Amino acid sequence: MVGALRRLRQEGESYQGVWSWLTTVDHKRIGIMYGVTAFLFFLMGGIEALLLRIQLSSPNNAVLDPDQYNRIFTMHGTTMIFLVVMPLSAAFFNLLIPLMIGARDVAFPRLNAFSFWVFLGGGLFMNASFFTGGNILKGELGAPDAGWFGYAPLSLQSAGTGIDFWAFGLLILGVASMASGFNFIVTIFNMRAPGMTLLRMPLFVWMTLVTSFLIIFAMPIITVALFQLLFDRLYGANFFNFEAGGQPLLWQHMFWLFGHPEVYILILPAMGIVSEVLPTFSRKPLFGYPFVVISGLAIAFMSWGVWAHHMYTTGLGPIANSAFGVSTILIAVPTGIKIFNWLATLWGGAISLKTPLFFAVGFISMFVIGGLTGVIHSIVPSDYQQQDTYFVVAHLHQVLLGGAMFGLFAGIYYWFPKFTGRLLHEGWGQLHFWLMFIGFNITFQPMMILGLLGMPRRIYSYPEGAGWEWWNAVATVGALLIGVSILVFMFNVVLSLRRNDQAGPDPWDGRTLEWAIPSPPPAYNFREIPTVRARDDFWHQKYEEDETGRPVPIVGGGAQEPEEEEHAEGEGHGIHMPSPSFFPLIAAIGLPIIATGLIYDAAIVAVGVAVLVVGIYGWALEPASE
Amino acid sequence: MSHTPAALETGTGLDNRKLLMWLFLASECLLFGSLIGAYLLYRGQSVVGPYPEDLFDIPFTSVSAFVLLMSSVTMVLALAAIQRGDQRGLRIWLLSTALLGLLFLSGQAFEFTEFNHEGLSLSSNLFGTTFFVLTGFHGAHVTVGVLILLSLLVMAWRGRLTQSQSLNIELAGLYWHFVDVVWIVIFTLIYLIQP
Amino acid sequence: MTLAESRGIKGPTEREAEAEEVKEGAHPGPLEYVKIGLILAVITAVEVGIYYIEAIEDVLVPILIVLSAIKFTLVVLWFMHLRFDSRLFSWLLAGGLMLAGILMVIVLSTLGGRLV
Repeated sequence: MVGALRRLRQEGESYQGVWSWLTTVDHKRIGIMYGVTAFLFFLMGGIEALLLRIQLSSPNNAVLDPDQYNRIFTMHGTTMIFLVVMPLSAAFFNLLIPLMIGARDVAFPRLNAFSFWVFLGGGLFMNASFFTGGNILKGELGAPDAGWFGYAPLSLQSAGTGIDFWAFGLLILGVASMASGFNFIVTIFNMRAPGMTLLRMPLFVWMTLVTSFLIIFAMPIITVALFQLLFDRLYGANFFNFEAGGQPLLWQHMFWLFGHPEVYILILPAMGIVSEVLPTFSRKPLFGYPFVVISGLAIAFMSWGVWAHHMYTTGLGPIANSAFGVSTILIAVPTGIKIFNWLATLWGGAISLKTPLFFAVGFISMFVIGGLTGVIHSIVPSDYQQQDTYFVVAHLHQVLLGGAMFGLFAGIYYWFPKFTGRLLHEGWGQLHFWLMFIGFNITFQPMMILGLLGMPRRIYSYPEGAGWEWWNAVATVGALLIGVSILVFMFNVVLSLRRNDQAGPDPWDGRTLEWAIPSPPPAYNFREIPTVRARDDFWHQKYEEDETGRPVPIVGGGAQEPEEEEHAEGEGHGIHMPSPSFFPLIAAIGLPIIATGLIYDAAIVAVGVAVLVVGIYGWALEPASE
Repeated sequence: MSHTPAALETGTGLDNRKLLMWLFLASECLLFGSLIGAYLLYRGQSVVGPYPEDLFDIPFTSVSAFVLLMSSVTMVLALAAIQRGDQRGLRIWLLSTALLGLLFLSGQAFEFTEFNHEGLSLSSNLFGTTFFVLTGFHGAHVTVGVLILLSLLVMAWRGRLTQSQSLNIELAGLYWHFVDVVWIVIFTLIYLIQP
Repeated sequence: MTLAESRGIKGPTEREAEAEEVKEGAHPGPLEYVKIGLILAVITAVEVGIYYIEAIEDVLVPILIVLSAIKFTLVVLWFMHLRFDSRLFSWLLAGGLMLAGILMVIVLSTLGGRLV
């Protein structure tokens, strides 16, 4: 047994085979696993979205019954937020942060692996709820049905175990997010290469830092709220029980206290990505770097003071409503500063019109619409009219799909060559962009109109003659177009991996440290830890400015060539890297088992705790590297 | 000196694990803040008894709070011991801390049972709901702390905690003291102050 | 400005130079810990004592809050070494406490609860 484990561990160190992935602590591999897993969940959430759109494509449609519709829209929202955008951002944190700050790995590699496995377990656990409603083949779904925000008392009255799976699933996912939040803060504070001062850090590193702080402060609040909900549901506690004097509104406060910082947890990483892509493809440094950094900090800070704008109609009173309205309008200021700095970065640049730039500019345009509709919502009387209509649905998708996902796709196209060594095909990439961009706009702009026409959200069907038929049909066509664009993207990935179009270390003439090393990067990232002398250090290794301020290439500057790399093979093996480990995986498996036990049978809890304890003690007692 | 000045310029110079622990504790403030907030929101809002004034036994709880407070003293003495290489002192003080923690937990178990006999449960009223969840979460933190202390004690006994590894004790101490200060707040806000 | 500077962390040479003279200050001895422990015990006794004095009922709440704040501060400054450690740690704890406190006050006031 021990011998077998040791052999498997050796296989892990050999960097090949399934076991090497299960035991890996390499931030790049963990990042890839995060990305692939999140993309699979994206497909799932996307299929759910298409089902919803097909149901709504015509009045009195009966593709889904009301019960199925509720469960599917709940899972669509929950999946897209917690299983797609957050982990895709985490994938980029993992892939990029050590490379951008000139480090060999994160501060806690095993904790990093633990985050991923917990995320995977939590995602599977949550989706397992689909099977708990009876015979799934007959369409009897068991998933949660109270919306991604799970408002009490609806979430208390929901029958079955769907909400329990949802709440435990979110708790498990919270563990993953918090662990990676702690990890990346320590990494960014402590692991920077010599000379990488805070104000030389790439914008993406800054946004990761800010996001991580939001995560570690926002997650505990939703943790408590979810526990309160579970205590009410499973053990008859009274937190949200009106009859016992409890206030269901407490849930909304707790949820949005977490939920609004969460919105920025979703968007700030995408803003960081765009802030990297724009300078590279404009061949200009980011305009107003300190302002973009400070705006990011300001947004994070202010995101704590706007939560009640989700609750104007709950009777907070005119003073609270006005105060939250003002704070919400104010948060548009740093956001606007960022947008102007991005535009100024493009202004006068030597634009290289490649797919990542398309997506980045798509991000800016869609995010501006999303942001402006947000300002409309912040005005209380206006919001009274829009509350719970499709206008809100359009707004949030404008920000999260048009914003965050476009930004993340910009990142995927931009860094794909770095981690696979292959360029994504440009033509198919642009086709993907245009299909997605057009599809997006003909899905969600009609929803703005539908909202203003009074169509409420979260309804499974609508009668004929309300004037909503045409725009709903248009929106469904748009959604199908987005679906096609994703198929184009998947085709592009497969094609590009086969085509063997070698990217080389620096295909875009990049500015930050990750482009200085071979693609894909070796396990140890940097042969020698670089010394950083400037912001956009790698650019300054390649170019100096002539008297007119135009960049002139430096002879012999640039990235490490792969040939050089082979010479250094022996040297590379001398670099001390953390050993692979099973224990993060084992510890992570314990959590969904415990959650299952708490829903069904206390005996299972004991099993889960045992697994968790084995994982933790094994982890604590094994040497971090041999 | 192995550090180059440039390296120090960029790192914080702080130990990774210690920074992690402080970040964790900062985040725990929000966790306990939310739990305490829920208790305060619902204080005096229960529509049926039993009410706090029927149940709280201040002398008993004071002893309990005192026990936990003193465990912080023994914890910090354990740290002082390992920092000066006193293995015997380390073991004695670790053991004392763990025992005081266990004493606190038994006090809590006794209190919970008593309250339960008086008719208070998670579902009886808002007081029961918020009281048991808040103090239960705190008790769970103390339990984890005791397990950490006992694990460290075993390591110390096997001679696997040397003077150079005093950080292990320091980190456990930070956690333990944090759990203690949370109880300082709970003791005052929940037990002593009753409107 | 580097993080180290902004957090008031000393550079290597500075640190070495100071190392000798501040050694005692940086690591309080057991005696000092016991002293703090005694103060904490006395404050706890006072808290419980005044709880039973009916004459000061009106000012009891503020007194109790001040006393527990003193206990809290003593533990974090001495036992958790915030007095001697990097200021970054103090900022983290203060940040978490302030955020929790402010949010709690706002939510309680909008929902009609009272802090004490």
